[in-house]
Amino acid sequence: MDIHSKLNLPNYRQQSAEVTAALDQLKKQPVALEIANLTKEFPSDAGPRRVLNDVSFKVYQREFLSIIGPSGCGKSTLIRLLACLEESTDGLILLNKYPVRETGADRGMVFQKYTLFPWLTVKKNVMFGLEVSGRGKFDAEIEARQWLDIVGLEEYADLYPAQLSGGMQQRVAIARALANKPQVLLMDEPFGALDAQTRAKMQAYLLQIWEKIDITIIFITHDLDEAVYLSDRILVLKANPGEVQELVEVPVPRSRTPEQFLSPEFLATKFHLEELIHPGHIRSADDFKVVKMVGEKDK
Amino acid sequence: MENNSKWIRFGRLLPQKRRRGLTTASFLLPLLLWAAISYIPGIWHPEVRIADPGDSIYFAQGDIVEKGTFKLENENLRAEGARFMTGRRVNPVYFPAPHQVARALYAAFAAPPRRDGDPWFYESVLHSVRVVFWGFFLSSVLGVPLGILCGVFDFFAKLIEPFVEFFRYFPAPVFGALAVAILGINDAPKVAIIFIGTFFQQVLVMANTTRQVDFNLVEAAQTLGARPMTLLFKVVIPASLPKLYLDMRILLGWAWTYLIVAEVVGTTTGISWFINQQAKYRAFDNVYAAILVLGFIGLGTDMILAAVGRSLFAWERGERGFFSTLTKSRKPNTPES
Ligand SMILES: Nc1ncnc2c1ncn2[C@@H]1O[C@H](COP(=O)(O)OP(=O)(O)OP(=O)(O)O)[C@@H](O)[C@H]1O
Ligand SMILES: [Mg+2]
Repeated sequence: MDIHSKLNLPNYRQQSAEVTAALDQLKKQPVALEIANLTKEFPSDAGPRRVLNDVSFKVYQREFLSIIGPSGCGKSTLIRLLACLEESTDGLILLNKYPVRETGADRGMVFQKYTLFPWLTVKKNVMFGLEVSGRGKFDAEIEARQWLDIVGLEEYADLYPAQLSGGMQQRVAIARALANKPQVLLMDEPFGALDAQTRAKMQAYLLQIWEKIDITIIFITHDLDEAVYLSDRILVLKANPGEVQELVEVPVPRSRTPEQFLSPEFLATKFHLEELIHPGHIRSADDFKVVKMVGEKDK
Repeated sequence: MENNSKWIRFGRLLPQKRRRGLTTASFLLPLLLWAAISYIPGIWHPEVRIADPGDSIYFAQGDIVEKGTFKLENENLRAEGARFMTGRRVNPVYFPAPHQVARALYAAFAAPPRRDGDPWFYESVLHSVRVVFWGFFLSSVLGVPLGILCGVFDFFAKLIEPFVEFFRYFPAPVFGALAVAILGINDAPKVAIIFIGTFFQQVLVMANTTRQVDFNLVEAAQTLGARPMTLLFKVVIPASLPKLYLDMRILLGWAWTYLIVAEVVGTTTGISWFINQQAKYRAFDNVYAAILVLGFIGLGTDMILAAVGRSLFAWERGERGFFSTLTKSRKPNTPES
């Protein structure tokens, strides 16, 4: 008997009517970002090395899309292409139907590395993009304070980044990106460097913010729980060269809560993703760590 | 438990008290060594100052002779049955004792020049400071922007740096004669020597420091909508400023070392003139006094600049500097995690 049926999980494609309706609603939204036949080669000693091959997908407005895939499959490269921090070898990136060619405030980004400007206070960091776009100091400051309020760091406005913990720095980085009112927020493993507890808190924060404001999020992670917990859909890449393997619709209804980590549809999705990324990796229930958590909870 | 009793600890800062003590010792030890050699006769004192020449026809009172010579002459005198010489063991004149140098230091400032029309000591010092200042200032006005441009734009790096790299191997002093021929014998060629000595290094050092800027910060700014000029002035320069500032302090030190070469180009001026003059009079205590003044000016300026830097770049340590406390209200928050 295969492990999937042993675990007694439903098919991840089974959606409740509620989830189907929500996803249909999403797909009726205008396309925020369209990626068409995107290809990226890096030069190497042995000639050009193709890191991304013919990647195409669409992201709808207000969608939360995660990208997962084995390490080195080109997730960061893809998101850097979207931000125009790299130039594509071939293919198109359309933002609201217009091709993007340069970095711009319409695509904000939060990096895994802490990238706050250490010489600016928290508040000035958040004001950076606003001032670059020509907003007056006074307005910018008011707005920056509002954003800091949203990420819960208003009282730290006048501290320097070096005085904040990693999680707080990432919250400021999110506020800084959002203050610019980008159409799409690109996040490359933003919580990758955080400890599990802080990470869980940050995920909750991010969902709250996303629900509050009108923004499309593309979120890279290698944490499957995180991907399922946060996303509407999950783009799974495979490696060498990076290609779209599957675009998975998450059957977990919104709004999400941490209890859902243990729901059958959550586990089924996670199981499927695990099988896609590491085929044959799960051989026993022990390999599937959340199931153990279910057992522990039952005790 | 931390072991605080050890003095030698790999890669760890010692307690503040000990660090201060060591800093003091770093000046005190050489001073003590100097004092010991000067005041304890057994250590060195290779010469004898004659107090009473006795019947010697070669030496007079106050002469300083090598101790072997002194002994030989006394043996000769004794053999002749004549009155022999007495004297006190001393160090050579080129090795004055601390108190002599201290006295000279005071006298140098207080005493008028030996010849009418010669500059006072402080005037010589100021003259030197002026030459260094202009040389360093002119070099920085050109070298800093050029270096930063090279660090940011490959275009300038490839166009400028190879030649600068080549040129910096010419020792600045070789341009002395040329500088005089072109710029005359006054201060201009001196400033030029310091300029040449500093400028080429400065371009390369600034370029390298600028290149080391954390590029993630630049990319973050780009995704916030910043264009090249904003990136340069709002990201690259502030991000590299603490290191650029440190580079400038080191370069200023180099400018000072070129001073002594620069001052003997054309007409000798400034502290070099004073030192040469005093060496001619064999007033070595004055020579040391002048050298010490150079040291004090150098160390003093650097300490002030370091303190200013610590305050300007307090953000590196997550602190507020003096300058930002002047302009902003302080919020006494301690971050939670
Ligand atoms: N600037 C570059 N020059 C050459 N090769 C690169 C460059 N950037 C990335 N690569 C290569 O492209 C491939 C994909 O890298 P990328 O960083 O996009 O992977 P990733 O999916 O983000 O991996 P991870 O999960 O470890 O973050 C890697 O093999 C990497 O070596
Ligand atoms: Mg990556």
